[in-house]
Amino acid sequence: MNEAWHPKNDGEEVVLSPIHAITNSDLWLWSILAAILLAGIVSWGIQFFVTGLAATGLNRPVYWGLYITNFVFFIGLAHSGTFISAILRLAGQGWRKPLTRAAEAITLFSLPFGVTSILIDMGRPDRALNIFIYGRFQSPLLWDITAVSLYLFSSVVFFYLSLIPDIALCRDRLTEVPAWQHRMYEILALGWTGKNSQFERLEKGLDGMAIFMTMLVITVHTVVSWVFGMTIQPGWHTALIGPFFLLGAIFSGTSAVVIVLAILRKTYHMENVLPISLFNSLRKLLITFTLGWLYMMIAENLTTSYGNLQEEMRVLGQKTGGDFAIMFWAMWILVFFVPLLIFIFKGKDSIPWMVGATVMVNIGMWMERFLVIVPTETRPRLLYELTKGVYHPTLIEWVITASLFSGLILLYAMFTRFFPIIPLWETADSLEAGENEQPSRGFHRHKFGETVATLKGK
Amino acid sequence: MSKWSMVIDLDKCVACQACSIACRFENNTPVAAPDQAELGRAIRWNDVFPLPVEDEGEYPNAKERYMTRPCMHCENPPCTKVCPVGATYQDEDGIIRQNYARCIGCRLCTVGCPYTVRYFNWSVPDWVSPLTEHLNPDRVEGRGALEGPSIRPRGVVEKCTYCIHRLQKAHAQAEAEGRDFRSDEYVPACVQTCTGKARFFGDLDDPNSTVSQLSQKRRAFRLLEEAGTNPKTIYLQEG
Repeated sequence: MNEAWHPKNDGEEVVLSPIHAITNSDLWLWSILAAILLAGIVSWGIQFFVTGLAATGLNRPVYWGLYITNFVFFIGLAHSGTFISAILRLAGQGWRKPLTRAAEAITLFSLPFGVTSILIDMGRPDRALNIFIYGRFQSPLLWDITAVSLYLFSSVVFFYLSLIPDIALCRDRLTEVPAWQHRMYEILALGWTGKNSQFERLEKGLDGMAIFMTMLVITVHTVVSWVFGMTIQPGWHTALIGPFFLLGAIFSGTSAVVIVLAILRKTYHMENVLPISLFNSLRKLLITFTLGWLYMMIAENLTTSYGNLQEEMRVLGQKTGGDFAIMFWAMWILVFFVPLLIFIFKGKDSIPWMVGATVMVNIGMWMERFLVIVPTETRPRLLYELTKGVYHPTLIEWVITASLFSGLILLYAMFTRFFPIIPLWETADSLEAGENEQPSRGFHRHKFGETVATLKGK
Repeated sequence: MSKWSMVIDLDKCVACQACSIACRFENNTPVAAPDQAELGRAIRWNDVFPLPVEDEGEYPNAKERYMTRPCMHCENPPCTKVCPVGATYQDEDGIIRQNYARCIGCRLCTVGCPYTVRYFNWSVPDWVSPLTEHLNPDRVEGRGALEGPSIRPRGVVEKCTYCIHRLQKAHAQAEAEGRDFRSDEYVPACVQTCTGKARFFGDLDDPNSTVSQLSQKRRAFRLLEEAGTNPKTIYLQEG
């Protein structure tokens, strides 16, 4: 096969270097993560075959706990990639390019764990197919399944499309990799030759999908929130729950991108490819999101407390001064106060501070998901004195939770050893038309990521 | 077509819990071990419990109030609306039913019910001897359905069905005898057994039925009327 034409990129060597060799520490990390994942699988096996959901701390009226929290959190985390690569693409934010793939990979690998969380939570996962056989579209759960599966499918396509030129690059450059790995690149590259027409079509396709993905990203987490919002339970039944979930999702997703970038930068020595300016751009976004979070929080809780409806106040009371008070105020510190101070005063040009703050945001956002779900259940509308809910998650729930996170990290870590985690073609310095075949009209002036419409206009 | 309804006169209720017991035996409700009951996993389709009373008073003038609670069989049920597979549904007679054979155990209905009258089988249903030998043989099953007193599998939701199997039996009997079914031929087990004769059952669409007339009383009220669920289980206030 003839070599394809590839745009020139100075960072090529750095970006491809992690693929060359899997180190011993990699294997250690992978085996530890795999062991935790295995522990989770065994735990689920016990829950599925032996004990049933009796193994959890769930009860009446706290029917949903850690598993549903994880579901909401993972779907939220998945919003990182689509936000960065679709919304910022449409907004013409060129700085996003080096981090698109790293962000999309979070989407791609956290979505399956969100879906798995639902299966783990089901009393009869063996009957999951009933959803397709007898599915009722009046149920918010079916909206969820439709939205999430469409999101998963589109993310895979979106991710793969932008990966094709780089897979072709791997195919042509990495000739010394094992035969099976090279064969994998050959198949996945789909015969990419780097013709102008191919690039043009790719850009067109990605732009079109970006519009679709932007609509999806807004829909998905709103629909996730509607599983709660469509019921008439106090604390859940509010129109704000959708926007709040969405903002939280993009907030925790973008924070996760900071963490991932910092790790990639350090372990794979990508200081030049992932310049500190990226972190500064993300910092500005994160300041906006932190303040957006405050806005949502005030809007929700002020409405509730000012209205002073009895059953709503019981739920709010559980958060501010009841069983969940410690967690509630810890969440305020972790999501809002400390990160905002760090982002504003310390975050500029400082990756360690940024990582510290974003880790806190993600822990806090997980707590927020928990606090949306559980306190409402502990204070049912009817005779709350008699059916007061208490929930103590059991070991099996924690092990399964830990295994889901390990699984996500494991998939991510392995991916970075087989595929370039920085999109080389999108970050290419220039397209030297002379090396390529006859350039199409105006193509040499085209910068990647701009719409095809402008290209044709020139 | 009927609109089955239950009226409970709280003035007459003596809180003997006979309704709960009758319900358990009629519907083969599994027994929860003490540790499971402690966790809040006991299943009580019909529950009797003390209500909190302000100023309880001292003996011999102590005040106590009790409440008894089956499913509300709402006309606008929040639970059937959210079921993704139609395992819980409102039948043509307005009864909210539950098909154990189809339920996937997602528990969206249990969190959606504002009355928390829906129960989940956290473990395999279990009875102690000699209860095991005396389960109600009545069954509602067939063609992908498993309802009423039929033995449930683990991981599904169950709830009060106004003893749907009794309705079916009454219909079958009328049919066998070649006559029309009369609405007074069927009552749930809790109504039949009620010691204080506090429970009434019948067709709300029939203006002459006891429940219709009682539901017009000034004492009549429904639980959480503000929730807009419009229950067909109606209470008569203590007067």
